[in-house]
Amino acid sequence: MTALASRNVNFLTKIVKCVNNYSKRLSSHFIYFPDNEAPVEGETNKMNMMQAINNAMDITLQNDPTAVLFGEDVAFGGVFRCALGLQEKYGKDRVFNTPLCEQGIAGFGIGLATAGATAIAEIQFADYIFPAFDQIVNEAAKARYRSGGQFDCGGLTIRAPCSAVGHGGLYHSQSPEAFFAHVPGLKIVVPRGPIAAKGLLLSCVRERDPCLFLEPKILYRSANEMVPVDDYTLPIGKAQVLREGDAATLIAWGTQVHVLLEVADMAKEKLGVNVEVIDLMSILPWDEETVCNSVKKTGRCLISHEAPLTSGFGAELAATIQEECFLHLEAPISRVTGWDAPFPHVFEPLYLPTKWRCMQHLHQLINY
Amino acid sequence: MALKAGVRVFRLNGLRPAVRLLSTHTRPEVQNAQNSKVAEFPGARAPYISELKFVSETSYDPIPIYRVLDHNGEVIDSKEEPAIEKDTLVNMYKTMVQLSQMDKILYESQRQGRISFYMTNYGEEGIHVGSAAALSPSDLVFAQYREVGVLLYRGMTVTEIVNQCYGNCEDPGKGRQMPVHYGSKQHNFVTLSSPLATQMPQAVGAAYALKRVPNNDRCVICYFGDGAASEGDAHAAFNFAATLDCPIILMCRNNGYAISTPTREQYRGDGVASRGPALGILTARVDGTDPLAVYNAIRAARDHALRHNRPALIEAMSYRVGHHSTSDDSTAYRSLEEIQKWNNDENPIQKFKMYLERKGYWDAGSDEALQKEARDLVVKTMQQAEKKQLPPWKEMFEDVYHDMPPRIQKQVKELEDHLAVYGEHYALDTFKPE
Ligand SMILES: Cc1ncc(C[n+]2csc(CCOP(=O)(O)OP(=O)(O)O)c2C)c(N)n1
Repeated sequence: MTALASRNVNFLTKIVKCVNNYSKRLSSHFIYFPDNEAPVEGETNKMNMMQAINNAMDITLQNDPTAVLFGEDVAFGGVFRCALGLQEKYGKDRVFNTPLCEQGIAGFGIGLATAGATAIAEIQFADYIFPAFDQIVNEAAKARYRSGGQFDCGGLTIRAPCSAVGHGGLYHSQSPEAFFAHVPGLKIVVPRGPIAAKGLLLSCVRERDPCLFLEPKILYRSANEMVPVDDYTLPIGKAQVLREGDAATLIAWGTQVHVLLEVADMAKEKLGVNVEVIDLMSILPWDEETVCNSVKKTGRCLISHEAPLTSGFGAELAATIQEECFLHLEAPISRVTGWDAPFPHVFEPLYLPTKWRCMQHLHQLINY
Repeated sequence: MALKAGVRVFRLNGLRPAVRLLSTHTRPEVQNAQNSKVAEFPGARAPYISELKFVSETSYDPIPIYRVLDHNGEVIDSKEEPAIEKDTLVNMYKTMVQLSQMDKILYESQRQGRISFYMTNYGEEGIHVGSAAALSPSDLVFAQYREVGVLLYRGMTVTEIVNQCYGNCEDPGKGRQMPVHYGSKQHNFVTLSSPLATQMPQAVGAAYALKRVPNNDRCVICYFGDGAASEGDAHAAFNFAATLDCPIILMCRNNGYAISTPTREQYRGDGVASRGPALGILTARVDGTDPLAVYNAIRAARDHALRHNRPALIEAMSYRVGHHSTSDDSTAYRSLEEIQKWNNDENPIQKFKMYLERKGYWDAGSDEALQKEARDLVVKTMQQAEKKQLPPWKEMFEDVYHDMPPRIQKQVKELEDHLAVYGEHYALDTFKPE
């Protein structure tokens, strides 16, 4: 096949050589800020986020004989390679392909967990999770409640790659966290990099409630950190303050955390102020205490996410923050988000809540 | 499943046996009619038996694969050779060649970072042109993504296709979707959507709407892959098509893989075709590397759909010779030998070329010229597409609704104001001015 496809390479390169400006739109929209502090002592290894997730699943399969890992194309490692080598290591009955059917994957996972197994289900893209919406929203989230606590599917973790990647268009870019955040009974987590991914995924796997683990796919390869090789967990429901400051509180999760970290640097340099940057990490439940304490201190708050503005998770944060911090607020809470349009292909650089849009909002917020 | 001994045959043009529909030579033994009574439950009419009997996928012969040409492009049974005019045959061939040249060049252009993504159609060209030639251009197409040959055959230009892949200001889809997400109202081809199988129940609904149009002479064809057939939507589509009597051709392209997943891990029955009779759909299986077999099957299926307002399911067997997409390296899950074997032994373009040559419709000289012409056209078109700007950025906000609501208008204004100050940080010159 390679031969087949490359037959025309030479002739093509001859004809079109100029570097065109289209490559501009393929470059990534953020600078990655690695975590420099390991959450636990001990040996570390350089891992990208894909490897850190692979490592967390490896630990799970190693230590938990009931654990299984499955989804579309998972046998050969998954399209993002997060399961690479795990079938060879743990066998076909523990790491396997399913037929191409998301509702099947979610329902199958709920069944596994109901019968006492640990289930790690991969949905190939978060954009394709919607056929499984019924299983997740009506079944996984409500299993314990409707049975009076007799049954549950806490052993289920659903992983799905999400968010912008530079060229994903409508159906390889979405950040669907807010849809699921409306569902009591689920837990939702979004890591910002390898260290967070490993610790949070291990928490989700062991969590007594079903978890949705959304992996910003652009970080799989671009995010590298020194990750502890040992088993460790990071608490679900706990935000992390990544920068301390007094001028404003900036809140994000996933890739957008890195955009805000850059904005914090720019704010310091250009506006001469220190802002606080919080990685929410966990969407449901979310860490009201950390967020509200920060906003009470700074009096100003900017929330940023890639998903559209209307009914994005920022709306929930803003409502609670104004309720809890009303008397401390010096300015209206600012939301910098994707627009209320489907995620577009060639317009992506203008669709995203870029550092420049965040800067502009921050500027207005501070000068309010 | 209704079990019928013998073979049911579609008649094309009222005369010629064309496609062998589901043929089952064996049937489970049904108890002697004398002491068995036929039960009439609302959910099933069937004879009672007093000995428990399970049926399995091996209770039936596999659904046979109909073909007209052998792998050398020779007609196997002359009465099966469709009466297609020379011009049409040559046009079918030219479309296949254009398609494969386009695939080669656009695939490479993605490798060079000129477009963000591409999917080739290698090995399935015969399904595209065989079906497109058998349809009326007014028949409505709902496709998956690996069917661009149908659009080419219907007259969509290479320019339009390349513009879509570049998402430039002449892309009919206005740069919003990833490459290969074509659509053309003019060519009765509903715009593609990436989520798999979603088009299937939609296609059935469209067929129902057509059926209700007075003097309807259009049917719907819905293309889908062997992987997509596992989605819940696929089952819904089959069942709706059957129960609501819809004039639709459900066209499965079974190319052996769904990304890395082989059909063995997709289903354990007799392919996708076996689901047709299970749900009450007239079904046939064809060799998808043989454009004439596909042609005959679609002709017959179309006739059935329009004559009786009933669905037909065709499973076209082929092999996905290319990688799944530019994001995939298929040697991670299958051998080069396997790929090469299929590409050499059952190459639809070669097969069809030999057929045309045998008929005296084509020769090596014309072929060389055609290959060059097809390649040059794509390269030239690409160079032009590359020079075109992207659509005006405000297109990002259009068509979300028929009329832009105030809240979106406000967001357009916000971005305008932002760009007035921060515009230098965006590649605004890549977008066409309004
Ligand atoms: C609902 C949904 N799930 C997953 C995907 C990701 N995906 C894209 S193509 C593909 C394989 C499809 O295989 P098949 O239907 O056999 O078509 P082929 O690519 O072989 O032509 C997958 C899993 C998707 N697009 N939509």
